[in-house]
Amino acid sequence: MTAVADGEPLIRWNWIGDHTDELTTLTLHHLKLALLPILFGLIIAIPLGIMCVRWRWLYPPTLGVANVLYGVPSLALFMLFIPYFGIGSGGQADFTIILPLTLFSLSVLVPNVVDGLRSVPEPVRQAATAMGFGTLRRLVQVELPIAVPVVIAGARVATVASISLVSVGVLIGNGGLGQEFIDGYSRDFTTPIIVSCVLIILLALFSDGVLVTAQRLLTPWARTRRSNG
Amino acid sequence: MIRFDGVTKRYADGTVAVDDLTLEIPSGQITVLVGPSGCGKTTSLRMINRMIDTTSGTISIDGDDIRKKDPSDLRRGIGYVIQHAGLFPHRTIVDNIATVPYLLGWDKKKARATAMELMERVGLDTKMAKRYPFQLSGGQQQRVGVARALAADPPIMLMDEPFSAVDPIVRKSLQDEFLRLQSEVQKTIAFVTHDIDEAVKLGHRIAVFQVGGTLAQHATPDELLANPAEGFVKEFLGGEKGLKRLRFNRELEDTADDEVQAAER
Repeated sequence: MTAVADGEPLIRWNWIGDHTDELTTLTLHHLKLALLPILFGLIIAIPLGIMCVRWRWLYPPTLGVANVLYGVPSLALFMLFIPYFGIGSGGQADFTIILPLTLFSLSVLVPNVVDGLRSVPEPVRQAATAMGFGTLRRLVQVELPIAVPVVIAGARVATVASISLVSVGVLIGNGGLGQEFIDGYSRDFTTPIIVSCVLIILLALFSDGVLVTAQRLLTPWARTRRSNG
Repeated sequence: MIRFDGVTKRYADGTVAVDDLTLEIPSGQITVLVGPSGCGKTTSLRMINRMIDTTSGTISIDGDDIRKKDPSDLRRGIGYVIQHAGLFPHRTIVDNIATVPYLLGWDKKKARATAMELMERVGLDTKMAKRYPFQLSGGQQQRVGVARALAADPPIMLMDEPFSAVDPIVRKSLQDEFLRLQSEVQKTIAFVTHDIDEAVKLGHRIAVFQVGGTLAQHATPDELLANPAEGFVKEFLGGEKGLKRLRFNRELEDTADDEVQAAER
């Protein structure tokens, strides 16, 4: 940790005021780098999860690959994409961060989609078939909606992890609020480090709150099971 | 009328669930398929709406082979009620009931209006329409299950142990109301249970299945109680002692019915 110079306060409050624009830009960029992977992750994980439920043999290898990917250090994975999308912040170079984080999110999202679909009670599935739902219609109108709470639970975990991982990107010049770490460290100046840490935590709390609210609104039927017996 | 003609169901592993079954389920009546577990009664029921396909033999509805129809179309014309209701947890009660009308492409308003009518018919307070299944008791959920099966007014209903998962008091009231409802709607009903008391109480006809998927006896409740086939059937009915009890209960029910009818007059 940076040693605080004599007479230097831990936080210089006026620095925050002077850098509002910079902090806002970095916060928004951080959000973009963290949340697009979740969106892409869901776009991949939902069909992949559906396939893993339909063809059971597909699930173990899929999960294996996703977990191995998750085991790769994030920095190494970022660097793997540099030749394709370059380095730096903004534009195409953002994909150097976004794609690895998308891959990371799959290790949480795919199992949650699978668990969500498997959480559909067998009598419900059978009733749907017996009422005359075809396979596709049953999937879209019955199975996926019932899987939503479990999928959102996974998205919450993946989102918080993603928000925290973005800051590692600073080592290749694109880390959202993580940028302030380098800045503060190189100047023995704690204020940007503390402020960006707090902002990252707030981002995580805020995103989680948004997802919780989304779940309540989307699935009022799952809110308080058995409360009115 | 539903007709099984030499129907056999054999699984890939060689297990025979239903063995050369020939059975007629007359229109407008309740036929109860009863027997111990593993006797093929549920398999037989599920073959009617093609949830399970037959290995050989034919099943026909009013003379038409069920294999000629698209399975989804066939199923939309057959009500289906199961043990744990199998309600859609993410849909409100009224939307659960309106499931088949929606699938058939009815106007949403009409579908909901029909669903509301049915709620009253099966003895549910229409105030519950906007609730979700988890907010209802087991007995109420089962009523919703019956209403959902009736929503598109199918001529046929398949019921697989619909009242088995509720406590005896609720079960009795569900059975009584089911009989009252059936006297109004006169559906062709195939009703599966393992409970001989329920079979005797509800059935116009009772088909007793035995393990191995064969029909041991097919008769009206009175015939069955008066002349049970020796061996398996008699044993399934509980031997002489069980028969005595079943006959006694039946007389009680009949007397009660007569009193009700007398009171109504």
